[in-house]
Amino acid sequence: MLPELFFGYFAAAIIIFSLIVVTRRNPVHSVLFMLILFFHIAALYLFLDAEFLAAIQVIVYAGAILVLFLFVVLLLNLKEETLIRRYINQWPMGVVFAVGLFILMFISVRSFLAGPKGEISSVLTGQSNVTNLGTVLYTEYLFPFEIASLVLLVAIIGAIVLAKKRLKS
Amino acid sequence: MNPTLQFPQLGPVMPEIVMACAALIILLLDLVMKRKETVAFLSIVATAIVTYIMFDASGVTFGGMFVSDGYSMFFKFIFLLSLILSILISVKYIKVERVNFGEYYSLMLFATLGMMIMASAGDLIVLYLGLELMALSTYVLAGFIRYDKKSNEAALKYFLLGAFASAMLLFGISLTYGLTGTTNIKAVADYIAKNGLSANPALMFSVILFTVAFGFKIAAAPFHMWAPDVYEGAPTSVTAFMSVGPKAAGFAAIGRVFLIAFALLKVDWVQILIPIAVITMATGNILAISQTNIKRMLAYSSIAHAGYALLGIIAGNSEGLASTMNYLLIYAFMNIGAFAVVILLRSEGFKGDNISDYEGLSKTHPLSAALMLVFMFSLTGIPPTAGFMGKFYLFLAAVNAGYTWLVVVAVIFSAISAYFYLRIVMYMYMKEPATEVKLATSPGINLALTLTVVAVLVIGVLPGKIIDLAKVAISGFWA
Repeated sequence: MLPELFFGYFAAAIIIFSLIVVTRRNPVHSVLFMLILFFHIAALYLFLDAEFLAAIQVIVYAGAILVLFLFVVLLLNLKEETLIRRYINQWPMGVVFAVGLFILMFISVRSFLAGPKGEISSVLTGQSNVTNLGTVLYTEYLFPFEIASLVLLVAIIGAIVLAKKRLKS
Repeated sequence: MNPTLQFPQLGPVMPEIVMACAALIILLLDLVMKRKETVAFLSIVATAIVTYIMFDASGVTFGGMFVSDGYSMFFKFIFLLSLILSILISVKYIKVERVNFGEYYSLMLFATLGMMIMASAGDLIVLYLGLELMALSTYVLAGFIRYDKKSNEAALKYFLLGAFASAMLLFGISLTYGLTGTTNIKAVADYIAKNGLSANPALMFSVILFTVAFGFKIAAAPFHMWAPDVYEGAPTSVTAFMSVGPKAAGFAAIGRVFLIAFALLKVDWVQILIPIAVITMATGNILAISQTNIKRMLAYSSIAHAGYALLGIIAGNSEGLASTMNYLLIYAFMNIGAFAVVILLRSEGFKGDNISDYEGLSKTHPLSAALMLVFMFSLTGIPPTAGFMGKFYLFLAAVNAGYTWLVVVAVIFSAISAYFYLRIVMYMYMKEPATEVKLATSPGINLALTLTVVAVLVIGVLPGKIIDLAKVAISGFWA
């Protein structure tokens, strides 16, 4: 009972905080609510016995990405930003689709049958999460791991190219 | 943990490894090379080498995550071909646009690498990462003309909507993983068959999410909204590249996921794909009529062609799949050819992307007008061009699979498409020149135009070889 109760709290809080993030007028408030949101998501990882992912969630998202967000927000002209209308006129249409999608999801996910459990959770191998993750990443999932590194490289190249000075001539 | 673990065989992934190295080397060479034409030339050489070694690299490696078979090779051939043609038409163009950076070629190679990985993906995670690699590179390429607002808008729109589509794909993958406990495409199919999951609504929902994500990548309606704006705003050479490559890669992924992983749900996803194909052909062909910008018109035309190509997937057998693959190959030739002519008209101080710029082109530049005529005929599907043969086999496959009414609809929309394709021909041949048009010719673009026009005409007259090629390529696909 107790785990369900905790999960219920975190799940509900994530939804509520997400709504708050997108409805705030002041971007700084949005970003700060997002911080709380990230902490709640980290708690969900703890439920799954993925303490490493929870730590990463806090360090990378709450720590690094959020600070970057704040930097960007502080570079904007906040006075002007708070005066702009937050939504385009079609937002009721968006709500209709979102609610429709939610109902569809609700109906379909009820018939969800969990497949076989993974073989590498720390409960089964008796090793720590980090060891498991590291082993799997460099053996079974070596190929996706390498592609991911290329994806990051392209992101860096892209950022540099788009920030480059205009070619003179 | 597992000391007997062997290092995976690298033979089958050799083309991808070479491609990644080539992209990195070109990125570095760009630092020391002042002449960007040399960088472009080296990129083409590298692509040619990759194409050469690709045909020997077949097999399955990384525990079934990477599958290099005839199917993936055919698609990789389309990607590499469109890469070479796109580089050829870019060299002069990016100079005119003042964005002559070496990273351009490197990003194109990375995008192609992503497509190659998608075509060879035996695992949903690999599929997703390949898609992301392709998408990230094309987002940057779309915004490559940084001082141009339209290019910025294109990149941003493509990025935001692309991220949304990626999220849909990930949601679909996670549902499938939750239901079957695996992300391996073959294992997913086996698990569904063994446990009778084919009627499970949750799995159905996952299929819908996959449809949305792939529909976005191939620009099928109603997920096509980004295409006109992005195709118009992006540099024309990039538009040519991404109207062919990512679309073909999307079809490669659809083939693997729908025809293998969700083969047992065929009845259900056909019910989703049929309306999508009809809406796609309708929006593409009808909205193209009212366009005044040729890049926008070709964007809608590219949406429409995605609709035709879906017919082969809906047919869902070897014949249908082979005809879709053929169609994508033919489409690569005719579409890049058409964009090459659009690029020809772009010179210093002259945009040349309005349809009215083509008025009287046959009088001032008869040869380029004739080339455009061939490509427009081919896109409409008029014999003796390749476009006719592609459509013919596609429609034949759909009729043989029992979708006659769908083919009737497709033929009607093809007839509508004649209006806007042939309007350009009419402008070129039956109107007087209104503006002075100066062509920006270069050896690269001349070569690309020669290659594409020869291919369009040769495939149009002698289609047998190509048709057989695709049939042979997918002979081991269903195993």
